[in-house]
Amino acid sequence: MAGMRDFLRSCVSTPLNALLSIVVLVWLATTLPELFRWALLDAVWSGSSGRDCAARDAACWLFIRMRANQILYGRYPPVEHWRVNIAALIGVVGLVVLLLPGIRRKTAIAAGLLFAYPPVAGILLRGGVLGLPAVPAAQWGGLMLTVTVAAWTIGTSIPLGLLLAFGRRSALRVVAAVSACYIDIVRGLPLVGILFLAIVMFPLFMPPGIEINELVRALVAFTLFNATNFAEVFRGGLQSVPWQQSEAGIALGLRRWQIAVRIVIPQAITASLPGIVNVCVSVVKETTIILIVGLFDFLGVLQGGIVDPEWLIGDQVRATAYFFAGAVFFVICFSLSRYSARIERAMSAGRRS
Amino acid sequence: MVVRNIVFFGAMAAAAVWSAAEAATLDDVKARNVVRCGTAPNNPGFAFPDNQGKFRGFDIDFCHALAAAVFGDASKIETRVAEPRDAFTMLTAGTVDVLTHRFTWTYNRDNGSGVEFPMAIFYDGQGFMVRKSLGVKSVNELKGAAICVAQGTTTELNVADYFNAHAMQYKIVAFNGTDATRLAYDEGRCDAWSNDRGSLASRSVALKTPGDHVILPETISKEPIGPVVRQGDDQWSHIVRWTYYATIAAEELGVTSANVDELRKGSTNPEVKRLLGVGDNLGQKLGLSADWAYNVIKAIGNYGEIFDRNIGDKSPLRLGLGLNALWRDGGLMIAPPIR
Repeated sequence: MAGMRDFLRSCVSTPLNALLSIVVLVWLATTLPELFRWALLDAVWSGSSGRDCAARDAACWLFIRMRANQILYGRYPPVEHWRVNIAALIGVVGLVVLLLPGIRRKTAIAAGLLFAYPPVAGILLRGGVLGLPAVPAAQWGGLMLTVTVAAWTIGTSIPLGLLLAFGRRSALRVVAAVSACYIDIVRGLPLVGILFLAIVMFPLFMPPGIEINELVRALVAFTLFNATNFAEVFRGGLQSVPWQQSEAGIALGLRRWQIAVRIVIPQAITASLPGIVNVCVSVVKETTIILIVGLFDFLGVLQGGIVDPEWLIGDQVRATAYFFAGAVFFVICFSLSRYSARIERAMSAGRRS
Repeated sequence: MVVRNIVFFGAMAAAAVWSAAEAATLDDVKARNVVRCGTAPNNPGFAFPDNQGKFRGFDIDFCHALAAAVFGDASKIETRVAEPRDAFTMLTAGTVDVLTHRFTWTYNRDNGSGVEFPMAIFYDGQGFMVRKSLGVKSVNELKGAAICVAQGTTTELNVADYFNAHAMQYKIVAFNGTDATRLAYDEGRCDAWSNDRGSLASRSVALKTPGDHVILPETISKEPIGPVVRQGDDQWSHIVRWTYYATIAAEELGVTSANVDELRKGSTNPEVKRLLGVGDNLGQKLGLSADWAYNVIKAIGNYGEIFDRNIGDKSPLRLGLGLNALWRDGGLMIAPPIR
């Protein structure tokens, strides 16, 4: 209660603050009721086709409901949806467990998530072995594709970025120069251009008959591009670790890799965590470019849906689709930043003890 | 709206060199057991995912037609969404076998870019939509009007050509994309909205009060739209061309997906018998089976049926046939004799 009273007092503490508070209140009073009416009160929740939304100037949640399967799984065969669900469940449980206090062997869990989980999830999603029917990438789509691409990109570019960051600081001139060149060149190119090369131009350089799956090509392009962003973040982190720490390690007789793994990297990661999360959030958002590969991700499915003549009834479907897309992306990115905030707290607590 | 970016020509020369060395497309398609079509991204009535996530539309149906002609199984297709700027490069690079896209057949595209248009299957033209309350009956009365158009299309150039040729003042207001243009027009940012007539008709459903608007009678451009194939593979080009002609011939002869079985058994009309491969084997010359045209019509119907189902009277878009009527009804749809 006291916190609340302090907050209210701070809202009117100076004439400027009072004025700003009034502006915000007026703005909320004029927009919130209309948003409430549009999104909930008058919204259409049930029905059987686009006609049911036509007469009402409000959100058409029916559109989202009728296309829920597509929005979540794309064209993944419905009988195999359980595989996606299990893969998602393992990932979410793993991430949550990492945060819980009092869990032992967190390093093992983290290593499992980083190294064992991707192949397991890959086998579940792709199939074709262990009696699971194969589901070609062309049938992937929706939120499942968005999350898969984002998770893959983050999971692969972080290690590669770390390597590049170390490479850039290497005492070997050649390694340092190559790393710096790679980082600066790739980071300076637009992602759309890199994807265009990987998807459209790449087949021109291959002998006829050799085909590499387009999703794979896109994922590699995502990794190579984002690794450079992570590398720069890590470079900042590495530079923040005082060189005396490495010297102390040498004095203790540790090997170079021990100094890196046990002394430098943990501190560098802690220092660069905010930057890492920043890149992660932008990775999640840039996955929507995957449409260039002809795959319909979460946003692509929604955009495709609004041109179905059955739903061409006015702007309510369009508005609903984009409102929904915005809300979902916000939830994903906001959870990411909350998650990292928890990790940051846990890590700094560890440092104090 | 048909986008006419010229960006893709950059990659064209290199692409042409490779594709010249490639094997016959029909052999590749048969070996792969699937026809790969490049389609426009999200176009109402032409290519869009339905509620079940299945791709449907006018352009997709013609992809099914090719699969039916080659395999006798219309389901053996793979569609690949291609942005207009990437589409030609993807075709020449062999990522797709044919573009069943929304490309206008122009001189520059047909010549020197490593691709060719076997034929036109949809005729459109640029028109103008205005508010009825404006009281305008003809484009020639739009002197000094502000006209909303989508950026990066030749819509803008056509408007300039037309108004300059008629010595009329005008003001272009350009927006990014068809929907943004429609919204601006609906909000009264301009007096008229110009686009291909088909797009005007289909997108106007989304106006606040569609009944308050009217499309003016003049058509100021020609937009013959057709499939695109790689240059230098005559066999494949002919398969694409004659598959489409078969659907037009079927409409002419009154063959539909409903009566095709009956006609194959009982028809005495020699033209129908030739088309359906009864006692004749015309498919052989294309490297296809004798009943290729029968398979096409059985699976997706004749041209009129395809039009009606996707964009015509049986669809929410209700486009008129216009130039896409048969030649004998005053349209441009005509198939050379199949004999």
